[in-house]
Amino acid sequence: MGRQGSSFADFLASYSPDLLPGRMPAPGVPAGDGQVIRDLPHATTIVAASCERGVVLAGDRRATSGSMIAKRDVDKVFRSDEYSAIGYSGTGSMGMDFIRAFQVELEHYEKMEGRSLSLEGKANRLAWMVRSNLAAAMQGFIVVPLFVGYDEDADRGRIFSYDPLGGPYEEHRFFSIGSGSVFARGSLKKLFVDDMPVRDAVLACVQALYDAADDDSATGGPDLTRRIFPVIATVTADGFRRLSEAESEDYAEQVVQGRMSAPDGPQAPLRDAG
Amino acid sequence: MSMPFYVSPEQSMRDKADYARKGIARGRSCVALKYAGGILMVAPNPSRALHKISEIYDRIAFAAVGRYNEYENLRKAGVTYADITGYQYDRVDVTARGIANWYAQALGTIFTESNKPFEVEIVVAEIGLRAADDQIYRITFDGSVSDEPGFVAFGGQAEQVSAALKERYREGLSLAEAFGAALAALAAPSNGEQRPDVVAAQLEVAVLDRARDHRTFRRIRAARLEELIGEVRAADQKAAEAAKAAEAAEAAEAAETPAEPEPADSEPSVGPDASGSDRGSGLEGGGDTPSSPL
Repeated sequence: MGRQGSSFADFLASYSPDLLPGRMPAPGVPAGDGQVIRDLPHATTIVAASCERGVVLAGDRRATSGSMIAKRDVDKVFRSDEYSAIGYSGTGSMGMDFIRAFQVELEHYEKMEGRSLSLEGKANRLAWMVRSNLAAAMQGFIVVPLFVGYDEDADRGRIFSYDPLGGPYEEHRFFSIGSGSVFARGSLKKLFVDDMPVRDAVLACVQALYDAADDDSATGGPDLTRRIFPVIATVTADGFRRLSEAESEDYAEQVVQGRMSAPDGPQAPLRDAG
Repeated sequence: MSMPFYVSPEQSMRDKADYARKGIARGRSCVALKYAGGILMVAPNPSRALHKISEIYDRIAFAAVGRYNEYENLRKAGVTYADITGYQYDRVDVTARGIANWYAQALGTIFTESNKPFEVEIVVAEIGLRAADDQIYRITFDGSVSDEPGFVAFGGQAEQVSAALKERYREGLSLAEAFGAALAALAAPSNGEQRPDVVAAQLEVAVLDRARDHRTFRRIRAARLEELIGEVRAADQKAAEAAKAAEAAEAAEAAETPAEPEPADSEPSVGPDASGSDRGSGLEGGGDTPSSPL
């Protein structure tokens, strides 16, 4: 009792540092065997796009171990609190611990202080947590999050990205991380329109994930036979909302139907309209 | 060489207990009670910022009376205990029983080992998936824990408040009914004098709401609180009217009685009727009025 501060991670560090996700591979252990690390399940592509008074975060469902598919239905997009969402790519098991620690961190602060952190405060806290994972990252167990949230003061959605050393880097309009991120970002670049309605932003994200899956073997596309579809979350003034399976299926079906006639997806106009 | 005074352990414990009791009785009472949709907690509290009622975890709430700095410390420790347990195991593994035990240990140790005991009384409430699994624990300054049946009043003139609450409490109350019962109980110590007018700004109200998922704790304030107070007033008024009608019927009956062959029969039927409506317990309607003529 009587401790200062409202950070759960700080408390863990003094109470039981082994419980912190970043401390798991003990410092001093030599760099891991490359093969071992490659064979751990890895989470792949996450995309984010801002929209009218909010932001969309979506992820594919595949986890890979080297060239194998480790799991077809992983969740990589989570609610971090009422007005923010987080997705990750990198080592799956580390990522899960990491997300859980971050969720508790935000909730703990909110309960201790009776108010939630500002969006920048959350983003900065996440940067610190990524950095505290550095020792593990150097050994090959990398987790990189993508953080989005609704900024109440500015009444808009914001996107923050990170590198293995921390961050945050504020991204404007849209962003993607993970193995298929290059293709997803290229796709979003052509599809994104400022202040698009939430529905359009969701569709753009699903298109981008499809494009990523099209060219990156580690990203999973919509699985129509097993009915596995991307996890999609929106964060707006109404708070965090994860789209239901049925809604997500609806968007995915729409994209797949379109690709039946145009396999490369919708085309952006070559010349400016003006 | 001077000898310290000898104080018997009995005396020392009694002094500490008296000290703590006095401190707690100085404040105002707080109540927690079950209603159909979860658990309701009400405390008189003019401050918006310094809470007496707070969230501990997904389905667990905390309420305290006494010294603010002391129970605030305990609240934070409780949140930390809950968060670390949930983080290490799973969110469902955080229970009110565990937290109540932890508080009991902490308060018990403080009571026996330090010169000044904590002047606080705490309630830890948890809602289960079904109403039957709801729990309310009360922990006193010396670390004793009690498992309360469906409602509890603590702090201030707890006995009077508790008695008033017992009168109106029953299982399956609606939120407005439970709130009405809580307000009536909190007004009980002013005994006989007219009930102080309830102002939303003077009340801290929160619920654990079974209908919500994830974090079930919600504060009820501003517009929603006004609305609830309005509902209670309307119900009270209805009950008062019912009581008046019952009185009028009684008077009419009394006027008629001389003509009646057996006056003794009417006596017992008046008794329960009058006492029932007087208390305003007929929240869900003074349905007993029309039945009075024989």
